Amino acid sequence: MDLTRSTAAELSDLLKAKQVSAREVAQAHLDRIAAVDGEVHAFLHVAADAALAQAAGIDARRAAGEELPALAGVPVAVKDVFVTEGMPTTCGSRILDGWRPPYDSTIVTRLKANGATILGKTNMDEFAMGSSTENSAYGPTHNPWDLTKIPGGSSGGSAAAVAAYQAPLATGSDTGGSIRQPAAVCGIVGTKPTYGGSSRYGVIAFASSLDTPGPFGRTVLDTALLHEAMSGHDPMDSTSIDAPVPPVVAAARAADVSGMRIGVVTELSGDGYQPGVLSKFAEAVELLEHLGAKVSEVSCPHFKYALPAYYLIAPSECSSNLARFDAMRYGLRAGDDGRLDAEQVMSLTREQGFGAEVKRRIILGTYALSSGYYDAYYGKAQQVRTLIIRDFDAAFGQVDVLISPATPTTAFGIGERADDPMAMYLADLCTIPSDLAGNAAISVPCGLAEEDGLPVGLQVMAPAMADDRLYRVAAAAEAGFTARWGQPLLNHAKGLGA
Amino acid sequence: MPITRDEVAHLARLSRIALTDQELDHLAPQLDQIISAVAQVQEVAAEGIPPTSHATGVTNVYRSDEPAPCLTPAQALDQAPAVDLQRFRVPRILGTEE
Amino acid sequence: MTSMTSAVTERYDPVIGLETHVELGTRTKMFCACTTVFGGEPNSQVCPVCLGLPGSLPVVNKLAIEYTIKIGLALNCSIASWCRFARKNYFYPDMPKNFQISQYDEPLCSDGYLDVQVEGRTVRVGIERVHLEEDTGKSLHVGGATGRIHGADYSLVDYNRAGIPLVEIVTKPVEGTGALAPVVARVYVTELRDLLRSLDVSDVRMEEGSMRCDVNTSLSPAGSGSWGTRTETKNVNSLRSVERAVRSEMDRQADVLDAGQLVTLETRHFHEDSGTTTSGRSKEEAQDYRYFPEPDLVPLAPPADWVEQIRATLPEAPAARRARLQADWALSDLDMAALTNADALHLVEATVTAGASPADARKWWLGELARRANEAGTELAALKITPEQVARVAALVSDGTLNDSLARQVFEAVLAGQGDPDQVVAARGLAVVSDDGALTAAVDQAMTANPDAVASIAAGRTGAIGVLVGAVMKATRGKADPARVRSLIEERVG
Repeated sequence: MDLTRSTAAELSDLLKAKQVSAREVAQAHLDRIAAVDGEVHAFLHVAADAALAQAAGIDARRAAGEELPALAGVPVAVKDVFVTEGMPTTCGSRILDGWRPPYDSTIVTRLKANGATILGKTNMDEFAMGSSTENSAYGPTHNPWDLTKIPGGSSGGSAAAVAAYQAPLATGSDTGGSIRQPAAVCGIVGTKPTYGGSSRYGVIAFASSLDTPGPFGRTVLDTALLHEAMSGHDPMDSTSIDAPVPPVVAAARAADVSGMRIGVVTELSGDGYQPGVLSKFAEAVELLEHLGAKVSEVSCPHFKYALPAYYLIAPSECSSNLARFDAMRYGLRAGDDGRLDAEQVMSLTREQGFGAEVKRRIILGTYALSSGYYDAYYGKAQQVRTLIIRDFDAAFGQVDVLISPATPTTAFGIGERADDPMAMYLADLCTIPSDLAGNAAISVPCGLAEEDGLPVGLQVMAPAMADDRLYRVAAAAEAGFTARWGQPLLNHAKGLGA
Repeated sequence: MPITRDEVAHLARLSRIALTDQELDHLAPQLDQIISAVAQVQEVAAEGIPPTSHATGVTNVYRSDEPAPCLTPAQALDQAPAVDLQRFRVPRILGTEE
Repeated sequence: MTSMTSAVTERYDPVIGLETHVELGTRTKMFCACTTVFGGEPNSQVCPVCLGLPGSLPVVNKLAIEYTIKIGLALNCSIASWCRFARKNYFYPDMPKNFQISQYDEPLCSDGYLDVQVEGRTVRVGIERVHLEEDTGKSLHVGGATGRIHGADYSLVDYNRAGIPLVEIVTKPVEGTGALAPVVARVYVTELRDLLRSLDVSDVRMEEGSMRCDVNTSLSPAGSGSWGTRTETKNVNSLRSVERAVRSEMDRQADVLDAGQLVTLETRHFHEDSGTTTSGRSKEEAQDYRYFPEPDLVPLAPPADWVEQIRATLPEAPAARRARLQADWALSDLDMAALTNADALHLVEATVTAGASPADARKWWLGELARRANEAGTELAALKITPEQVARVAALVSDGTLNDSLARQVFEAVLAGQGDPDQVVAARGLAVVSDDGALTAAVDQAMTANPDAVASIAAGRTGAIGVLVGAVMKATRGKADPARVRSLIEERVG
C-alpha cells in the first residue's frame, strides 16, 4: 500500500487502528522525498533522523495504550518561515544561512503536542515576499504538475510538497495570498485563517498586521484537521484572538451549502484574468447553485485599491521588521576585516544577504514611512484598508460568504515574470483583500484550465472568526467536483510521471 | 516622476543596504514604476475615514509581572558571529547612541 | 568662558526643558518575562523577545502600565483613554530590533505639571507627556583611550538591560526663570526623583542609571518673546550636573550669540570633570524615525475605574511630606532648607525611623557625613553607609559608649568597608575609656607635662583646662569622655 497516496485523515485512522506504524508512515514519505525532491526542490532541509525518532516515540506511546491526538504520527512539512529549535531556519534567505534557532514557534510546538511527524522545512520566497518561490536564495521550487512552472509563492515549497505526495499536510503563511495562491496553482487546498486565529509567535515577520499561519492539504477535511491543530489563542502573541477555534472540522464533514447565500465579487474578474480560469470559476458557481446555494453578485468597489494599499502597508512593515538582520547577533556577517565599522559591516551584509525583491520592498517601505510621505502613502493606505473592511462588512450583511477565482491565471513559467515586479504582484489580485481585512479565506481546486490543463482554484471568503463557513462551502464544492470528475484532480498531475 | 536614482540611493543608505551602482541602475526605474502604481491610493476619497492599524479591534492585552525562565548565555550567544567576554562582539561603532 | 550667568540673563532669556528617563522597578521587562535585576552576568537575562530574534513578539507588562499611569496621575496629567505603541526606527547595535517600541503622538499621559520651590517662590513646571518605551542593551567600547566610543576598535554588547521598561517624562519648555534657570532645573529633577521614589515605582538611582536626564537649553534676546535654537545635553549623571550643565550651556550660548554667531541645533555631551559640554553629533538633518503604530501590539485603553483605583493608591506628595516632617521635627524654614539643599531629607527620615533623634540624625548627616561626601566628590546618598548604621552610632554616643571624636572614627571605618558600627568598635577597641583609674593616670600625666596650664587653672583662668583636656584626649587617642576628664581635672587642681 502506498502510504504517500493516503490522506491525513486516512493515515490517522490507520495509525489509530495500529494497522500501520508512525515509523512506516514517516519512512514512506522520506523515501518519496528522496525519490522526487531532486526535481521538485520543495525542501530546504529534510529532518530524517528527527522525524524517525519522533515517529518512534509516537509508536511507543500508542503501544503503551496512550490515547493520542488525531494527527499523531501524521507527517507534516513546515514552511521555513517557522522557527524550529535546533533545526536550520533560513526563511529562504542567505542572511539566515545556517541559523539554528534556540526556540520553537508556537505552531511547531502545537504540531509536536499533536504528535505530528515533522519531515523538514520547505522552500519559500525570501522573507515571504513573492508569488512564485523564485525569490528563494536557494533556487526555485518546481510545480509537480509541470516542472517548468512555478508552484506559486511565497509558500511554494509547502504546496509542492503536498501536491507531490511528499507530505499529506504542510504549514504555510499568508500575507497577500501566500497560501491560497500556491494552493490554487498546485491543485490542492490551502487556508488563510482569520488573522489572529493562529499564533505568529516564531513566524519570522514579513508584514506583522497581515501575516497569518495556515494549513495545506490535498483534501478539505485534511486541511481542516491541520487548521484545528494549529490554531487557537497564544499568550505569546498579543494579536492572537482569545476565542475558541471555529468548528472547522465539523464544517468540513457537514459539507452542505443548501440555503447559504453566496456572493460573487464583481471586481475580481475581467481584464487580466485568464479565460480558462474564468470558465472554471463559472462552473464552480453553477455547481454551488446546483447544490442549493443562493448565488448573487456583490460589488466591493474599493477592492481595486487593495493591491496598491497592500504594496504600501506590507513593505512599510517589512522595512522595519527586517532591520534586525544587521550581522550583530546572528546570521550572515560580511566584511568584518577589522577595518570596517559596524555600519559598513551592516550595509555590506544586508547587500549580500538580501535578494532583489527584498531590497525593493525595504526601500519602498522606507520611502512610504518617511516624514513628508507618510500621510500620502502609508497613512492613505491604512485609510483604504478601512474602506475595504467596510466593503466586506456591507457584503457580509447580504451574503454568508464571498467567492472569486483564487488567482487571475494558472501557474506561469519559471522565469516568465521574474524580473517584472509589477506583473508578479498581479498574482495576488484576488487574495489581498482578505489579508487587509483580516478575514478568513480558502482556495479549493475547481478544475483544470482548458488552455494549459493546469489547476484552477476557487476562493471562498468569510468574515473574521467564521472560518468554518469556508470549510462548509469548500467541502461541498470538493464533493460535488470529485463526483463529476470521478477521481481526485491531482491524478492529472503528470509533472513527476506516475 | 515620483522617485529619482539619487533618492533611491539615499533610501538605501537609510536602510543600511550598500547597493552597487549596477543595482541602483536596475532598481531605481523599477521603484519609480511601483511608486507610481501604489500612488493610486491617493485617488481614493478618504476624508474623515479613520486609518486601520489593527484589524482585530482587540485592546488591552497584557501579561503579569512574573519572571519566567529565559535563555542561558550559551544559548543566547550560540549563533553570534563573534563573542568575547560573554558578550556579542561587534565592529567599532562610529556614531553615538540616541 | 567669559560670561557669568547672572550677566547672561541681563541680555538673554533662557528657556529650559528636561527629558528624564526612568527605569521602572518591575520584576520583569517591558515586553517579556526576563528579570530586571541589576548587575547580572552579561547576557544571562535575555530571551528571544528581548534579543529581538526573528519571529519573536512583544507582550505588554501590565504592572509597567500601572506604574506609568501612577506617575502620570502624580504629575497631574490626563490619562489617555486609548493610545498605541509606535516603532521608532533607527540602527544601533545596542538595539536588538533596530527599532525601539515607544510611543509617538499618543502618549499614555499628557499635559500635567509639577510645582517646585525655588528660593521661596513656586515655579510650575509643565509636563508635556509621560510615555513608556523599552531600554536598550549596554555596550563596552574596547581599544580606545577612555573606554568611550571614539577611537575604540570594537564593542562588546550585553543585552540584559534591553527591554527594561523605561518611562520618559518630558517637560514643557520652562520660561521666565532668568538667572535661576540652572537651579530650577536641578530642583525639578530632585523633586521629580523624590516623587518617583515616594510612588515606589523605581529606585531612581542616577548613579546606577535608573534615572537619566537630558537637558535642553536655549537663549533668546531679552524680552524678544521668540525662542532661540536649543541644544540637548546628555550624560548628565547627577543632580549637581544638571545645574552645572544648564549653567555651562547658558554661558557658552551667550558667548556664541554675543559674537554674532548662531547656536547650532545639536546634541552635546556633558563632562563631569570640566563641568562643560562638547559637541556630540551635529544634527545636520533631524533623524527621521519613520514612526508608525506598532502592529505587534494592540491599543491600550485603560478603563476609567482602573485609573481611579490607581489614583487612590497615590501616596502623600513630597511637598506635603516635607511640611509634615518640618512640623514633626519643629524645624525652622532655614533648617529645613539646609536638609533639602543637601538632599539629605530621606536619609535623615530613615535615620529617625531607625531610632535616632531628629537632631542627632541631622547633626551627623549634615556635619561629618556631608563633609566626607564633599571630600570624596560624591552625593550623600552614594556614601557607603546606611541610615540604620548612622542611627546605631548616634545611639552609641547617647549611651556613652562613644564620644563625638570616636564616633567620627567609627564613621570613617564603616565608610571604608570595615563593617557595622558595633563590629568596628569591638575590632578597634574604640569605646570610651570610662575607667576612672586609667583616666586619672592620664590626667596626672598631662598635669605633670603642662605645669604652666596647671598654674593658670589654679589662678582661676579656667580656659587653660582645655589644654589639659586636649592633652588627655591625645594621650588616650580620643577615647576619653571629655566631660569626665574636665571634672577630674577640676577635682585634681582644686
